[in-house]
Amino acid sequence: MIKTVASVSLPVLEKLEIRKNRIESGTDQKKKRISIVTGIHGDELEGQYVCYELSRRLQEHMECLNGIVDIYPAMNPLGIDSITRGIPAFDLDMNRVFPGNEDGSMTEYVAAKIVEDLAGSDLCIDIHASNIFLTEIPQVRINELHTKTLVPFAEKLNVDLIWIHGSSTVLESTLAYSLNSRNTPTLVVEMGVGMRITKSYCTQLVNGIFSVMKDMNMWSGPTESVCTPMIARGEDAVCFLNAPIAGIFISQAKHGDFLQDGDPIGMIVDPLKGIILERLKAPTAGILFTIREYPVVDEGSLIARILKRTGRKDENGNDI
Amino acid sequence: MRTVTIYENHSLYRDNFKVQGYVFGTGKKAVCIIGNMRGNEYQQLYCCSQLVKRLKQLESEDKLIPGYEILVIPSANPYSINIEKRFWPIDNTDINRMFPGYVKGETTQRIAGGIFEKIQEYECGIQFASNYMPGEFMPHINIMKTGFEDVQLAKKFGMPYVVVRNTRPYDTTTLNYNWQIWNTKAFSLYTTSTAQINHESAQRGVESVLTFLGQCDYIRYSRKERFLSQIIDDQDMISVRAPEAGLFEPLVHVEQEVHKGMILAKILNPVDGEEIAQVYAPSEGIVFFMHNEPLTYGHTAVLKMIPV
Repeated sequence: MIKTVASVSLPVLEKLEIRKNRIESGTDQKKKRISIVTGIHGDELEGQYVCYELSRRLQEHMECLNGIVDIYPAMNPLGIDSITRGIPAFDLDMNRVFPGNEDGSMTEYVAAKIVEDLAGSDLCIDIHASNIFLTEIPQVRINELHTKTLVPFAEKLNVDLIWIHGSSTVLESTLAYSLNSRNTPTLVVEMGVGMRITKSYCTQLVNGIFSVMKDMNMWSGPTESVCTPMIARGEDAVCFLNAPIAGIFISQAKHGDFLQDGDPIGMIVDPLKGIILERLKAPTAGILFTIREYPVVDEGSLIARILKRTGRKDENGNDI
Repeated sequence: MRTVTIYENHSLYRDNFKVQGYVFGTGKKAVCIIGNMRGNEYQQLYCCSQLVKRLKQLESEDKLIPGYEILVIPSANPYSINIEKRFWPIDNTDINRMFPGYVKGETTQRIAGGIFEKIQEYECGIQFASNYMPGEFMPHINIMKTGFEDVQLAKKFGMPYVVVRNTRPYDTTTLNYNWQIWNTKAFSLYTTSTAQINHESAQRGVESVLTFLGQCDYIRYSRKERFLSQIIDDQDMISVRAPEAGLFEPLVHVEQEVHKGMILAKILNPVDGEEIAQVYAPSEGIVFFMHNEPLTYGHTAVLKMIPV
């Protein structure tokens, strides 16, 4: 059932509506509810396929569902429609206006209605897609304040990595922080790249969502086995590689690669002079879980993130 | 006056990104004044340019008090203003959401870090600021409550109002907040406009900075007309919202005194021109902020009033 969560009139012959699809089945008096949220950033589209595929599979086997699945595919419909990361016209990052204010501006009002609607879910999954500059392996990011509640959910979600990061005041304006602080467990997923759909990642996550639902006794249908995620705790577990110089980045490694210290990651070239300005090498051994997708780089542009060697072994018995 | 390079980095195809400062006097780092950080802050750039001009004049007249250094940075972001883009050209990040910065981080973190390294030891910091809400402000000084704010010192600008406001989570990465945390007395100075140059309010902004410098005994300068500043808590401001979306027709202007029940603006149906709503003054007051875009959304603050 399609429901409108928030509705605001726009100036000329249009309404802004935030809508969700409630898929519900089962006989329990008090059904469990999982909410799937995406599209806060209008240029992140990976969640679109996740929502479609999740909805499709659920509707094919409603007999296996025991609970409520709320799917919110477009938190920022104007942004999605105009390839705009933030909220068009306001030039605002929507993920910096939560928990919103029902008596506030249009954006604050919409944010407040979204939080009101999501609060009370037994689990919320907020799906992001990095941005147009970087490709990410499927991962869950967790604020260290909420580790105990969220890691057990994240481990079932079939992602490759769980990154537990430090808390930061500026992140208190995010949807995930607002919901977690209201005792609605909320996982933030980052995967793929902005403006694109990576079908394999989306399918991996959908499988994970069914796995979590099974664990919550909301799904009795078949599920795929889920992978065991790597876990990165704190900033020290992750090595950042930034461009030392402006130029055009040519990648020589793929995200997900196991790298040894000194392995090539790519090079920054100057097309005008036809020269290599810088060869970029892995500053440490580990797994490349973020890699630059957009070729133009300024000095400082993020090129890669590497999860430092973990002491575990990969499927071939190599140290990782 | 000495010209100094505050921060510089290279680009592939553009001229170097340069943040330049103009230094007046030598000695204790007294005051740093900064202009545009976003690409649409033409008024903020203009104010600083006029300030540099005035300080050069005062320097030539030997009116700088020895022992103090005043730094003016008219543009902390020439790249964005040169292409008329509000935020950073490539990744659309906001330098004023990157402080205190990180010199080994991403591009705008590096710029913020590089600038902050050079300006964090000043006794006072003044930023010609802009707001994300499109509209005109009554010129004023704005201070965040951080526990380190110096509201009394703000009165030395001689502006009619000093507005203090609570810090929100996303404020913690602004220059003003970090200046305060790192022991600089920080003030945001709002003139009327942002993307359009308003000469009259720019002049008032420049005069108020010179008044502040004079009152702090950094320069010999006294202004005949200065206000006894009134301190207002942002929470006491009256926010007036558009009840409907549509064409916005203002009927009053910034700094105008209005009475309770007065019609402040009309909202028109954008296709047939019929009036669909009126915006009323909920009480007596002075218009502090006025929306100035042709259209308005519903639920949006189109006016702010100072209660009288």
